[in-house]
Amino acid sequence: MDSLLDQFFNLDVMRQSLPLLLNGLWMTLQLCCAVILLGLVGGLVVALGNMSPRRWVRWPAVVYTDLFRALPPLVLLIFIYSGLPFAGINVSPFTAVVIAFLLNNSSYYAEVYRAGLISVPKGQAEAAKATGLSKAQALIHVILPQAIRNVLPDLLSNTVEVVKLTSLASVISLSELLYSANMARSVTYNASPLVLAALIYLILLWPLVRLVSHFQRRLAA
Amino acid sequence: MDRFLQTFFNPVVAAKYAPDIIAGIWVTLEIAAAVIIAGIGLGLLLACLRAYRIKVLNFFIICFADIFRALPPLVVILILYFGFPSIGIRLSGPMVLFIVLSLTLAAFAEEIFWAGFSSVEKGQWEAGIATGLGFSRTLVYIALPQAVRLAFPPLVNRVLAITKMTALGSPIGVSEILSSATTAQSFSGSATPLTMSVAAYLAIFVPMVIVARWLEGRTAWKKR
Amino acid sequence: MANRPMLEIAALEKRFGSNTILKNIDLKVAEGELVFVIGPSGSGKSTMLRCCNRLEEPTSGDIIVDGRNIMQGTSRDLDRMRLQVGMVFQGFHLYPHMSVLKNVTLAQRKALKRTKAEADARAMDMLERVGMEHKADAYPAELSGGQQQRVAIARALALDPKVMLFDEPTSALDPELVGSVLKVMKDLRAKGMTMLVVSHEMGFARETADRVVFMDGGVIVEEGTPEQIFGAPQAERTKAFLSRVSG
Repeated sequence: MDSLLDQFFNLDVMRQSLPLLLNGLWMTLQLCCAVILLGLVGGLVVALGNMSPRRWVRWPAVVYTDLFRALPPLVLLIFIYSGLPFAGINVSPFTAVVIAFLLNNSSYYAEVYRAGLISVPKGQAEAAKATGLSKAQALIHVILPQAIRNVLPDLLSNTVEVVKLTSLASVISLSELLYSANMARSVTYNASPLVLAALIYLILLWPLVRLVSHFQRRLAA
Repeated sequence: MDRFLQTFFNPVVAAKYAPDIIAGIWVTLEIAAAVIIAGIGLGLLLACLRAYRIKVLNFFIICFADIFRALPPLVVILILYFGFPSIGIRLSGPMVLFIVLSLTLAAFAEEIFWAGFSSVEKGQWEAGIATGLGFSRTLVYIALPQAVRLAFPPLVNRVLAITKMTALGSPIGVSEILSSATTAQSFSGSATPLTMSVAAYLAIFVPMVIVARWLEGRTAWKKR
Repeated sequence: MANRPMLEIAALEKRFGSNTILKNIDLKVAEGELVFVIGPSGSGKSTMLRCCNRLEEPTSGDIIVDGRNIMQGTSRDLDRMRLQVGMVFQGFHLYPHMSVLKNVTLAQRKALKRTKAEADARAMDMLERVGMEHKADAYPAELSGGQQQRVAIARALALDPKVMLFDEPTSALDPELVGSVLKVMKDLRAKGMTMLVVSHEMGFARETADRVVFMDGGVIVEEGTPEQIFGAPQAERTKAFLSRVSG
């Protein structure tokens, strides 16, 4: 029991590694901001492409979503980070993560948006058109607000996944939260920094996970 | 262009490392299959237990589901792989990967099945109990089939997302597709093995994505 | 009425593949006139109405609103034309995420570029006209069907349309709520609005319409005053339809 506490909940080790982990957390938060924003915007563009009446827009968008939903994000990340230099393109770890996750997230967010856009009754678009609103105005003021509200739980749960995904950046040595914790572990020969990192993730994400469950229950009821 | 092909699609390198990648595909498929069976089984079991509404038990089930939905799997993988040996539990890389992904899938599956149970009408439960089936048999014969049907499309998506996470085995040296490819890449000094890994993953998962899309479309059709 | 035509449908055709929905429709609605379109379901009357603001794209033919052909011009021209043609739907189609007032001001502000004050004032005027000014801050879900439809009418009126199209405006309403909507329509007619109405409210047609058009199978079978159509229909198909609906 003692060795368990000492190995996983060693307060001294945790205290020592806390500054390093907070540094990592800051990087994680920056990463989250970048990939969530890009994913939300990119996903909307892809979703609109997915639903375009023009075949030469729709087909590439559908292939794009299926392709990047099929590839594990870590594979994508390693391909970009270790593969592209072979083609003479050197990317920093941060850029590699942002590109990989933009490709991955935008196809996931696109599916969520698409479900939302489909859920808005056709009459809404017709009413907007009939009152002289342009396509873009109808989309912005009438369709999107309803679509987003209808899929808010899914947008939220997808965002939780995106935050969790940022931990993959540790594999290519970007000093975010998990990488810093693992560094601290290898220096101290003690798993407590990893447990501390887990706790930080929990503090960050547990409320969101609860919220997702709450939404889902309300929808089911 | 020629140099590009030589780097990313070099046939000599491809032929040399193909056996490694294929071996990696098997490892990936085996772990994925084990994770799917264990994860869905455990998730379903927990959702059924939760239906009995035993307060203490439910508290633990909900905590388990929340924690494993909130934690990045890679964090848990590192804790198990690097932390446990020092308290005398030595787990192999594939074992750690299997345990963590199964638990993660179980957490999500539990929530999905539970949402399915919650949306079975109260009248269905009452009808089952009123016809003398008792709670457990009503659960198994009446609520469960309806819940499973509702749970199917989101579950397929989740299974897809989590089986893709078998790639997380590479940081702890599980010789699945990705780690076979990165090893081969550093030996050969060519990006071709990475291209091969991308092709391998696409071959496995594109069909799954298409099936998932088809399932979604089918249930959406029924709702209308 | 000898007034100039406000809405003119000329040689309108609509086909879906090999399926002809509308054949060679010619119809003029004069300024201030109320034209009522009746006919069995599937006769193409709603499609014809929806062609008048190009929610449905005509296969061929012309739609002329106040002397301008809306089949010509860019998509921006079309948006502008649609401002002059108000439309009221069977299913109301109020925007559920906006208050009543915002529903009525949205297109005024975005399409007509009115200021907030102008749009609000105009909206309140129109809501008063349909007897809904007390619900300006309510959301559509809090209103009855009849109230929603009156708001939808106010939303169209606020854009100062030259013609109003009504697509079965009372079909989705409970019987006791129909009267309030018809009253608003009657009031509109009294104020001189040009109206083209597709509806099954025969009593209302008899009482208020200047002209009644009977459609069947994608063509106009017969048209005339309410007295002519309801009192002495000429075509066999009209007679059969009227005897069926009057039971």
